[in-house]
Amino acid sequence: MSPSTSHGAGFDDLTVQDVSRHFGRRRALSHVSFRAERGAILGLLGPNGAGKSTMLALLGTLLRPSAGRILYGTHNASEHGAALRASIGVLGHDLFLYPELTARENLEFFAGLYAVVDRRAAAIDALSQAGLADRAHDPVSSFSRGMRQRLGLERALIHRPRLLLLDEPFTGLDDASAAALSRRLHTLREQGAIVILATHDLDLAEDLLDRAIFLRDGRMVEVVDRPEALRTVYRDVMARPNVVSGFSRTDES
Amino acid sequence: MFARTVWLVLRKDLIVEVRSLEIAYTTLFFAISCVLVFAFALVQEGRAPEGGAAGILWIAIAFAGTLALGRTFERERQSETLRALLLAPAARPAVYLGKLLGIVALLLAAEVLLVPLVTFLFQAPLLAHPAWLALILLAGTVGFAAVGTLFAAMLVRVRSRDVLLPVLLYPITVPVIIAGVRATAALLEPQPDAGIIQFWLALLVCFDVVFVTLALWTFEPVMTD
Repeated sequence: MSPSTSHGAGFDDLTVQDVSRHFGRRRALSHVSFRAERGAILGLLGPNGAGKSTMLALLGTLLRPSAGRILYGTHNASEHGAALRASIGVLGHDLFLYPELTARENLEFFAGLYAVVDRRAAAIDALSQAGLADRAHDPVSSFSRGMRQRLGLERALIHRPRLLLLDEPFTGLDDASAAALSRRLHTLREQGAIVILATHDLDLAEDLLDRAIFLRDGRMVEVVDRPEALRTVYRDVMARPNVVSGFSRTDES
Repeated sequence: MFARTVWLVLRKDLIVEVRSLEIAYTTLFFAISCVLVFAFALVQEGRAPEGGAAGILWIAIAFAGTLALGRTFERERQSETLRALLLAPAARPAVYLGKLLGIVALLLAAEVLLVPLVTFLFQAPLLAHPAWLALILLAGTVGFAAVGTLFAAMLVRVRSRDVLLPVLLYPITVPVIIAGVRATAALLEPQPDAGIIQFWLALLVCFDVVFVTLALWTFEPVMTD
């Protein structure tokens, strides 16, 4: 997956080292560390308020860590912010789409912001991937949640990012749309992207994740590689008091 | 890349506004209501108070501008698209400049309707020197919007943003409003003094340079965390 933008910073792995983030006196994240390589899908799992969205905001360079550091390959966000953002795609719970603009105008606008060389071709390709080629000239306000979600994903991928961050990507999707999204994420993994998603949907995540990172109260409580029976593991992990402070069990062993 | 980002953001804002006309209608309705209320209150037996037209024109611009600033960023907040703009690799000052130009364009469009209305209701010869008036309005609008755009962006996630925006904006833009009023009032004199007009206009341009420079400088750090 090579970026089609002119100024993206290349990286093949992502390292989160002892990252903490505070908002005033409130601790949102505390001493979180993990690593992700190309072609992997990581899940950030945990209850509401666990720090998943804060972690995604830190990875997306929207926030700076209060302590610790995040390395994109050998680069960090404070020195290479704009170049790194050219290699990062984000799909938030709100889909970052302008309802007054048409699907194609939205895609062309964001392609322009990401300095995609051929904006029109990228938008047409993205519409085709989203299955919305026949709705290209309709305003996004007329789309269903599922159609917006598909369009939002393609908006996040318009510049072919190396790192894709997804916040609750399955919310509001019917079974067919959720399955299509899962297939799309599998394809991205095969193409070598790093995908990190925060989700509550454990059933869908189970078939998708290469690594599950469990967060609770801003702390990393467990890391499981190729998780199975995710719902059971989640229940056990959340009931446990102990905290993992380093990398995954597999990495440590 | 900087100029292209400015253009993309400006163009997007104008397209969105042309399709919804939400800010144009509300801003114009508010500004015209403001001028009409002042006209009914101050114009007695067909005679307007001396120098009143300049003050009322700038009050209407300031009130309507505050409304436009709030709505422009409310729109970005509703779909979290401001977050998307900040997540893009585009220079953040360019995003600021694009938003600023969009607001300036909107306010100038409102002023095109406000000026004849004030001229008619207050019998003020505002259009006697259209070039001077255009320069004064442009310089004043840029100064007001430069500070307003920065504050509106900063307050976009604050719950009481609608209250805080005017509270923060008016004290800082008072010099712009005063200079705009004085320059416009000088223009309305039977024999306008070019020296006085140039003085106030130069002051407005100075405010513009200072405010735009400070806003471009602070937008990135202010919006990062």
